[in-house]
Amino acid sequence: MDVLGNYKSVIAARSTDKDILKKAQDGGIITTLFAYALEEGIIDGAIVAGPGNEPWKPEPMVVSTKAELLAAAGTRYTISPNMSLIKEATRSYGLDRVGIVGTPCQIQATRKAQLYPIGMRDVDDKIALALGIFCMENLSYQALEAIVEDHCNQKMESVRKMDIGKGKFTVYTERGAVSQMPLKLIHKYVQPGCNVCLDYVANLADISSGSVGSPDGWSTVFVRSTKGNAVWDGAMKAGYFETKPMDQVKPGLDIVKKLATEKITKNQKNVDARKTAGLKADGTPKGLRNPYVSP
Amino acid sequence: MKPAVRPEVKPESKPEASRPQAKPAVKPSDVIEREKVEVVQKEEKPVAEKITIGELHLSGCTGCLVTLADNYEGLFKLLDNYADLVYALTLVDVRHVPEMDVCLVEGSCCLNDKISVEELKQARAKSKVLVAYGGCAAYGNITRFCRGGQWNQPGQEAFVPISEVVDVDLYLPSCPPCPQAVRNVAVMAYLLLKGNDEQKKLATAYLTPLMQLAQRGNEACGCDLMYDVINQGLCMGCGTCAGTCPVRAITMEYGRPNVNRDLCIKCGACYAQCPRSWFNFDVMNNYEGIMDAIKGAMQ
Ligand SMILES: Cc1cc2nc3c(=O)[nH]c(=O)nc-3n(C[C@H](O)[C@H](O)[C@H](O)COP(=O)(O)OP(=O)(O)OC[C@H]3O[C@@H](n4cnc5c(N)ncnc54)[C@H](O)[C@@H]3O)c2cc1C
Ligand code: SF4
Ligand code: SF4
Ligand code: SF4
Repeated sequence: MDVLGNYKSVIAARSTDKDILKKAQDGGIITTLFAYALEEGIIDGAIVAGPGNEPWKPEPMVVSTKAELLAAAGTRYTISPNMSLIKEATRSYGLDRVGIVGTPCQIQATRKAQLYPIGMRDVDDKIALALGIFCMENLSYQALEAIVEDHCNQKMESVRKMDIGKGKFTVYTERGAVSQMPLKLIHKYVQPGCNVCLDYVANLADISSGSVGSPDGWSTVFVRSTKGNAVWDGAMKAGYFETKPMDQVKPGLDIVKKLATEKITKNQKNVDARKTAGLKADGTPKGLRNPYVSP
Repeated sequence: MKPAVRPEVKPESKPEASRPQAKPAVKPSDVIEREKVEVVQKEEKPVAEKITIGELHLSGCTGCLVTLADNYEGLFKLLDNYADLVYALTLVDVRHVPEMDVCLVEGSCCLNDKISVEELKQARAKSKVLVAYGGCAAYGNITRFCRGGQWNQPGQEAFVPISEVVDVDLYLPSCPPCPQAVRNVAVMAYLLLKGNDEQKKLATAYLTPLMQLAQRGNEACGCDLMYDVINQGLCMGCGTCAGTCPVRAITMEYGRPNVNRDLCIKCGACYAQCPRSWFNFDVMNNYEGIMDAIKGAMQ
């Protein structure tokens, strides 16, 4: 598979809903698609990263209204274990058509849960819409705190928005201050599991989206599966998005491909390095476990 | 985890080559070879090329058997088109373990019960693919807590995962296992034994990790998430383990699973479901096609 995965179309897009754009991280693709899918009965609820009990700490949440979707919009650069609710959404919440948003690894988990539903009773055909967000790396909450409070010198609770782009991690505060740090200083804080991650643009999602490739306030959208295609077509017809062809926006698809290739090449090296990380008594290398080879 | 049964990571990245060597076992390729034996034909059924499946019931609660039935109309579809059920408690009136293509074994094996041990060995001898079906057969599950003295067999206290007694080809963990999982495995076993070359290839790729799981060892616990995922630097906090645990022993605390070990029944679901226990791109990248194919097969 290509580093960008299989897709039917790729396009630059932005929500036409002003309320959503105010809250969303980029073009409001995820929130708008869920709002449309709820409206149309394609899903009866979605698992999103809702507000948690500490500032900027997300809590996975099953939502079923636009107001709840808005409260969960925007990126939190820390772990939101959205898959923890996947079975629960079909049980306690009684959903028959579940939407889920996740980083590429969470979408991988979603597909594994469908193909190998070891402990996922009656879940596989209830996953109605799996939306992926691009992801280079993720941080533990404590790491995010260190970055915002120690490096950027801002209080977590005073932050209005965090963003990654143009080689910088940027923090915007409620009172208008802007603090930045170079992205390369963040690498030591990245959670170890991300170093073996071989997916940048959520190749296995129905639709995946991120900011990279499109102008500020717009998103790059990959429409991937048959299901995703039907949902995207419907939302377009209903006027939920304005779009531009990918080859007419700057910086365009090439940068997406470049970053995806960089991430996967680097991490494949990390995976390979695990094979010879140690030493056996006979002088041959001793390996660490490789999840892409065997359990 | 016993060091002796730990799979070693080999430099080669082919699933076949990575099969651990600790215990002798049927390799996927052997399964295909042994396929030629006999085609079971039932005169009254028009579909000749079915496989035969049985369920051997050992020390389990019958939840695994009920799970098979929880496929509802899907079970009838399986039995109409793909598999003849030749042996199963209450469902099939056959006393002695017959020859079969696939034997699902439910429950752990009580070493104090000679019949259990004998039947398990017969099932091994008479089946092409022996499946540890459910947490008890695979890992002991709740029977790991049995210390004897229980009514009405106070003398029975030695319960072991079936792989202590026989070689096991494939694991299907969890308590109970999931109806859709056993359905998928049944369809794939059918393709492996009766399909064309392409279908055999797909089925082999699909079943390989479940076969590797059978080689990995027969102790499971929520601790596996610590030992084999977090301690190995592989966890990324997706929450799948917490979502899958049948007894809700796992909560996510600051992006990592936290296992309440007093609640854990040692069913093995969390580790098997974790995308960082295994993730086989050759199968997963094709998820849409495979899910459509299984859906199509069940219609
Ligand atoms: C850790 C992380 C790293 C990222 N890295 C990149 C990158 O390198 N390049 C790039 O182009 N884009 C990246 N993104 C995606 C980007 O930040 C936006 O989330 C994406 O463009 C969607 O924006 P939107 O306006 O369409 O979505 P919105 O309408 O704002 O909705 C975003 C949705 O994502 C959910 N969400 C927020 N945080 C998380 C989280 N931590 N885990 C799971 N779900 C969450 C929200 O609940 C909401 O439903 C990253 C996102 C995350 C969480
Ligand atoms: S880098 Fe990969 S493993 Fe890490 S959070 Fe992003 S998608 Fe998940
Ligand atoms: S299922 Fe996800 S959260 Fe749980 S151990 Fe595996 S990677 Fe970590
Ligand atoms: S933690 Fe839960 S899923 Fe994991 S082995 Fe224990 S009971 Fe099973």
